[in-house]
Amino acid sequence: MSMIILSVAVMTGIFVALSLLLIVAGRYLANYGTCTIVVNAGAAAFELPGGGTLLKALYDKKIFIPSACGGKGSCGYCKVTVSSGGGPILPTETPFMSRAELRAGTRLACQVKVKQNLEIQFSEVYLSVKEFRGRLSRVRPLTHDIKELTIELIEPAQIGFRPGQYVQIQAPSPDGVIFRAYSISSPIFQSDRIQLVVRLVPGGIASTFLHSLSEGQELFFTGPYGDFKLSEDPNVAVVCVGGGAGMAPINSIIHSLYRKWPERSCYLFFGCRSNRDVFYLDTFQALAREHPSFKVVYALSDPLAAEEQWQGDTGFIHLSADRRLEVNSKRQAFLCGPPPMIEAVTEILMNKGLRMEDIFYDKF
Amino acid sequence: MNITPVWAIFIGSIFTNNILFASFLGMCSFLVCSNKIDTALGLGSAVVFVMFCTTILNYVLYYYLLVPLKLEFLGFLIFIAVIAAFVQFVEMFVERFSPDLYYALGIFLPLITVNCAILGAALFMVIRKYNFVQSTFYGLGAGLGWALAIVLMAGLREKMGYSNVPTPLRGTGVVMMVAGVIAMAFMGFAGMLNIQ
Repeated sequence: MSMIILSVAVMTGIFVALSLLLIVAGRYLANYGTCTIVVNAGAAAFELPGGGTLLKALYDKKIFIPSACGGKGSCGYCKVTVSSGGGPILPTETPFMSRAELRAGTRLACQVKVKQNLEIQFSEVYLSVKEFRGRLSRVRPLTHDIKELTIELIEPAQIGFRPGQYVQIQAPSPDGVIFRAYSISSPIFQSDRIQLVVRLVPGGIASTFLHSLSEGQELFFTGPYGDFKLSEDPNVAVVCVGGGAGMAPINSIIHSLYRKWPERSCYLFFGCRSNRDVFYLDTFQALAREHPSFKVVYALSDPLAAEEQWQGDTGFIHLSADRRLEVNSKRQAFLCGPPPMIEAVTEILMNKGLRMEDIFYDKF
Repeated sequence: MNITPVWAIFIGSIFTNNILFASFLGMCSFLVCSNKIDTALGLGSAVVFVMFCTTILNYVLYYYLLVPLKLEFLGFLIFIAVIAAFVQFVEMFVERFSPDLYYALGIFLPLITVNCAILGAALFMVIRKYNFVQSTFYGLGAGLGWALAIVLMAGLREKMGYSNVPTPLRGTGVVMMVAGVIAMAFMGFAGMLNIQ
């Protein structure tokens, strides 16, 4: 008995001593004093205590650089140019950089630590990204693991965005606040609210948080971000291909598009595993009855179970797209879904005459 | 009590009983970081430093705290905690006081926390009943041996980049085979000097 108590005491003592050592070291060693960050050659400048990452520092100063992974160095979105004070580029960053970017001093803001005065440059657009406060006004389950969330804006009360853009939702985690990117699913003419389509990822921090929220709760997000750009020329046909929660930007694009150009040609291809993953099909079929130029194709990739009923296509979605699309170079494509789907569909679309710059995609 | 002379332990831990080639410890970072000599040198020197210091720390904790209290079975846990905390501390220290060294070694330090060769050195020190001086030189020698091994492998892999390796063996496959051949070469020294 005394042996157990003694060993527990010794373990605790040693672990506490080691933790104390690290805390004290963190207090005195990781203290870099006050650093100054100058943005875009003087467009903005601010002082802050050093030690953290540049991404976090900019966020604290209400400058919202896009970052889908939340600062883990895995998405490569938070590129900024650091002209002085950033130190050499790290091996964690080089895979995301082209040769031109390496020469220009491009860095990932999440990997640059603020240890001295910095001079940085980034796109003016990021200075206009805002932080929004909203209230969850409606939660609607779409499938067994996907929910549609409607967020009414409180402050600021309006949002302007292009169809297919995304916002970064703020979610609590054991290591502090994190951000995850979610595409806006609602059409652009609804400016007082946004809708998101969120799939529950097992173990996912943000999706678990969003699925646990109930109506009336408040949440924060920043945006809009993203380079999806729908052509303003009504003669340019559109094709949208999605899978799972990749429905969100596509839903926004299609509804925004038919409000403005009722005659415009548009294909929607949506891939699901089985019947229980299908959603929004009724809405799109109703839209297709209203607008004959809109074609909607859903496909199930898993073999049908014995008593399962299904009217649409079966097999992978890129094969459906291959069967139905004719060669046409006056076409834009918007893809959103898992990487293998995007790659397969991109290949099909290139064969159908699309140019790479007309294919917009979002892999997740 | 171990009566092997200190010089024999030091030389032996580098060559004949090389911790990587004789015990195959620390393989994961050995396989991943042996692509370029620069990287291998960086990681190797970080391992030498951490192994040297943690062997001493662990010796002191084991023989002056655990043994008097008859808690030798806690050795495993204490060694791991000490290694992890030490690596964290060194990372902070180096980042603060030597940015150049940080960029050369710093990014490898987190990798070292889970390098089993370092835990292995602490455990061998206990199993072989080394005294303080022997342990110190064993820690240094084992670290140097590991660094030597990974630098040798990186040199060979840089050369292998130009050779025509059969497709199924490219990458890890051929590295494992080369590691085996080097290991046999190192074993050849065993007859001259075999430490226990």
